[in-house]
Amino acid sequence: MPDTRQSATKAGTQQARRGPGGPGMGPRSIERPRDFKVGFARILRYLRRSKLAVALILACLIVSAAAMLAGSYFIKPLINEYIVPGDFRGLATALARLAGIYLVGLGASFAQTRLTIRLGQRSANIIRGELFAKMQSLDLAFFDTHAHGELMSRYTNDVDNIQLMLEQSLAQLVSSALAFAGSVAMMIVLSPSLFLFTAAVLALMIYLSKSIGSKSRKHFKKQQELLGRLNGNIEEAIGGLKEVKAFNHEAQMRAEFYGINEGFREAAASASFYAGVIMPIMGNLNNVAYAGTAVLGGILAVAGRFDIGSLAAFLQYSRHIGMPINQISSQLNNILAAVAGAERVFEVMDRPPEPDSGDVTLLAARRDEAGALVPIEGGERAKAWAWNVPRPEGGAELVPLAGDVRFEGVTFSYDGKKTVLKELSVHARPGHTIAFVGSTGAGKTTIANLLNRFYDIGSGAILYDGIDVRRIKKDSLRRSLGMVLQDTHLFTGSVMENIRYGRPEARDEDCVAAAKAASADSFIERLPEGYGTLITGDGANLSQGQRQLLAIARAYVASPPVLILDEATSSIDTRTEHLIARGMDALFEGRTAFVIAHRLSTVRRAAAIAVLERGEIIEMGTHEELLARKGRYYELCAGTAELG
Amino acid sequence: MLKTLYSHIGRYKRHVLACVALMACDVVAVTLMPTLMGRIVDEGVAGKDLAYIARTGALMAALSLAAIVFGVLNAKLSAEAAQGFAANLRRALFDRIQSFSFSNIDRFSAPSLVTRLTSDVGQLQNTLLMCLRMLLRAPLMLVSATVFAVSINARLSLVILAAMPLLVAGIALILRTAEKLFTDTQSRLDDLNGAVQENLVGIRTVKAYVREEFEKRKFGEANGALTNAGIRAGYVISMLFPMMLAVMNAAMIAVIWFGGGMVHAGGMGTGQLISFISYISEILFSVMIFSMVFILFARAEASGKRVVEVLRTEPDVADKPELALAAGSPGGAPRPRVREGRIEFRGASFRYGADSRSRDVLSGIDLDIEPGQFVAIVGGTGSGKTSLASLVPRFYDVSAGQVLVDGVDVRDYRIEELRAGIGIVLQKNLLFSGSIAGNLRWGSKDASDEEIAQAARVAQADEFVRSFPEGYETLLGQGGVNLSGGQKQRLCIARALLRRPAILILDDSTSAVDTATEARIRAEFTRSLKGTTVIMIAQRASSFIAADKIVVLDDGAVSAVGTHSELLARSDIYREICLSQQEGFGA
Repeated sequence: MPDTRQSATKAGTQQARRGPGGPGMGPRSIERPRDFKVGFARILRYLRRSKLAVALILACLIVSAAAMLAGSYFIKPLINEYIVPGDFRGLATALARLAGIYLVGLGASFAQTRLTIRLGQRSANIIRGELFAKMQSLDLAFFDTHAHGELMSRYTNDVDNIQLMLEQSLAQLVSSALAFAGSVAMMIVLSPSLFLFTAAVLALMIYLSKSIGSKSRKHFKKQQELLGRLNGNIEEAIGGLKEVKAFNHEAQMRAEFYGINEGFREAAASASFYAGVIMPIMGNLNNVAYAGTAVLGGILAVAGRFDIGSLAAFLQYSRHIGMPINQISSQLNNILAAVAGAERVFEVMDRPPEPDSGDVTLLAARRDEAGALVPIEGGERAKAWAWNVPRPEGGAELVPLAGDVRFEGVTFSYDGKKTVLKELSVHARPGHTIAFVGSTGAGKTTIANLLNRFYDIGSGAILYDGIDVRRIKKDSLRRSLGMVLQDTHLFTGSVMENIRYGRPEARDEDCVAAAKAASADSFIERLPEGYGTLITGDGANLSQGQRQLLAIARAYVASPPVLILDEATSSIDTRTEHLIARGMDALFEGRTAFVIAHRLSTVRRAAAIAVLERGEIIEMGTHEELLARKGRYYELCAGTAELG
Repeated sequence: MLKTLYSHIGRYKRHVLACVALMACDVVAVTLMPTLMGRIVDEGVAGKDLAYIARTGALMAALSLAAIVFGVLNAKLSAEAAQGFAANLRRALFDRIQSFSFSNIDRFSAPSLVTRLTSDVGQLQNTLLMCLRMLLRAPLMLVSATVFAVSINARLSLVILAAMPLLVAGIALILRTAEKLFTDTQSRLDDLNGAVQENLVGIRTVKAYVREEFEKRKFGEANGALTNAGIRAGYVISMLFPMMLAVMNAAMIAVIWFGGGMVHAGGMGTGQLISFISYISEILFSVMIFSMVFILFARAEASGKRVVEVLRTEPDVADKPELALAAGSPGGAPRPRVREGRIEFRGASFRYGADSRSRDVLSGIDLDIEPGQFVAIVGGTGSGKTSLASLVPRFYDVSAGQVLVDGVDVRDYRIEELRAGIGIVLQKNLLFSGSIAGNLRWGSKDASDEEIAQAARVAQADEFVRSFPEGYETLLGQGGVNLSGGQKQRLCIARALLRRPAILILDDSTSAVDTATEARIRAEFTRSLKGTTVIMIAQRASSFIAADKIVVLDDGAVSAVGTHSELLARSDIYREICLSQQEGFGA
């Protein structure tokens, strides 16, 4: 006879399938979602497009529960009508019928598991996809203010919990409830008076399960707190191990760790104890009920008010009647955890995307015979680019993309408290290089962040070819700007693909030409597979200098009219830099460039050098002018002033 | 591996034994139940013996209550044992890691050591707990239920004999197929995490080049591959349960069929048939539980290996055994102390890792540093500056040649005493959570407040520390004040100064301090560190031109030694370093 214990094995195998990190056997940290109903309903919305599957799953659950209940009940006619009277022909047909019931139950349960797995996996797929798409649209402030680990855990822990709920918890909750209700109903049908006794024991079990559960949660909470301390201590002690050794601090670190370790051991042992007593207490109370039922049923049978077959069937139901109670409470906890995780996922999904209300777009254009700009269509290669500026009265004007950038009285603060840029005004003419130097925190990188609208300015205006950058569509704006950042990020893929990152439609020849211009060609050729060499782990197999050369090649292939170089050669030694200088010159040719805090070789040729201090330009001029002025720039060059 | 791990159960061995004994009692009590129940039916009901029914029922209830006691005790002892084992293991790991040398740490990497000490230990603890509570119960139950079943009816027990191989074969087949698919799912999951991680790290590049759509497509592929792998693995493992159920049900039908005949022929009571059905379900159920042991052990094995690997790693920089013995005792070596601060390198070579493929980072260094000298080490990235300085406090050991401090090979010192004589500011400035004063006391445990303030004054840190409302009691780290890079560096210098070392090593430790402040620190040094040997690794020319001796390193070898003016005249590399600084102003 199938019994409800099997759902425990089922949970076990499903847990195994989920691999490490699934719920352990004790209670997990039981998080309370902020608003269960809202979060739960929103998760269920992901099932709406699979209405048929949900209906099938429900049907399968009902069929398999019914088959289980019927299978247990079957013992009654088997004993009463066939075994006791010795009707073997009848017994054979009855057993065949029983086999049929089992088969139907098996089939339903098999179908249900497959359907729920598919449903859970598909829904998790959709949620992950939506989450990722949303993240791509968020502004940089979001990424700057959230730890990567925390965001990663949205994809792993949180989505995992949602998947667990859809794939397993919901179905098991329904099946446990059906098994429980069905068993109770069957017991009442078999013998209402016997059931009174079972009900009394059940009440006791539910009460105990609740009171032990709440105790267990309390201890578990304490264990989690101490676990946080223990892990913090371990991370610090190991992360700072070299310091510890340099200062002979091993003994103190040990003493501190021993104390925390011991405290955690005690808390964890009591938490684990409370979690561990539920099973034996409930299981054995169930046995008490079983014994009591046997006695009472036996007495009833002796009195002739109950037959052996009914007693056997009743005992089948009562043997594991307590199981669904444990199941239901543990599945409810899973669902709570899933909803709490879902709330964090939805919180990201509900964030407003980067504001992008611009109506000015970038168009590929060419000049017609009269010299006027006209947009080009189809596969024709762009000779020139133009801003398509819609007129309020309709129609649009084409403004040539020249690369004239003007900051006018720009004031900016990241947090609304500390002003990073104050009334900054600067004008970069087409084809000119403007360099910014100054100490850390002077606001150099902020200038780059504002120009490509990673952040939006507080007051003032940034005009790009006379157009306020806030009117320009972000995609268009960023396509027109090439950025080489201080930390070069390489993506998994070949060297070629990484260079092509600047312009997806670039041909291999374009990429090689760019690499040559950036002086990256020679080292790439020496890589094992040349341009086909696979880059993994953010290019860990390349030196910092090589990575920066690739980033320069990437900007080169993008071939934007305006360049922003943020400390792009900071990690390149003087000799290599000499090499790059040539590549840089080629890159700067005919382009407007913003160069942030470089060594002199790049900076000194700039049309203008702006010295920033505390968000303000305190000096500006050419290299020679500034040196002659003997001001801050001169001090920086002489190495007598601070530079971050 | 198991032996090493088992030895850390320590005083909890008794708990483990008691757990097994309790489980055995519990199993016997539980397996008695169906037999007793069968007797109620066959003897009590059939014989209409109410007293017998009541007596047997009472016995069953008593057994159940006893089983509760066994179960609760087991819960208590298994919790103690598993948590105690984990605590012992963590302690052993922590001790071992504390004794690691820098190269041991480099080889494992800190994050990996943290994982071993946290999640791997957690995994092992959970495995032990599962064993003591559930898994070891399964074989006991198997044996006990089989004994009872055979004692009821040996011929009917043949059904078990037929069902068991089927079940075992089915489980093995499904698990083996599933294992491959799990590995596949896991690697797809890694891919997906990699894609997200990469995107998070490179989000500026993604946005700057407007590649969001491309990234979404890339993620979509990884996401789809994960889902498909997950579904495939799920489908295979979802066969496990129906397969087991099918075997169980078939066995049940067979028992009823054959048993029914025996009951009718009078060879067996109805009650016995009912209890036999209970036993057969217990037996097959135990087999299923037992199959989970393999899943769990496979997972725990990986963790176990990672833990044991740490426990078996010998620190490769350690005190000579004879130094562990007290000085003067038979076999005990004299224990030198660092007093003057004279340093000599004699043909010192060094490489990371012992294998022959690794290249010498330093080769054949000969260098004399007099007590009280101010020595600067300069050279390009990768020229071996930090490695050279690391040999003095024995963070690493030379692969050839020797390093002498006060005329004694550093390997003849007790490490503790060697390092007690050396103050060092490492390249990465690390302060620990706690107060500023607490951090500075790392330098000297029982430094007075005045001594702390004095050291901070020399390092030009006193002023900014006092500007905090809590002064030296300001808490650092989580929830504490965040210091700028330059402030951290100055605190680290103060911490090293509190050691009152004979030798002070500064590894690029003023890079974030502005030049004016740095000049003040240097001035304070010359005033208060008379007699202290100072080794400074520096990038900025202004930091080192005043040194008594400048050592120019190039590609792991000493290229030139001399004062600033001597080297300007003699060394091309030195001239290039100074020139590139004059021309540019990069740090």
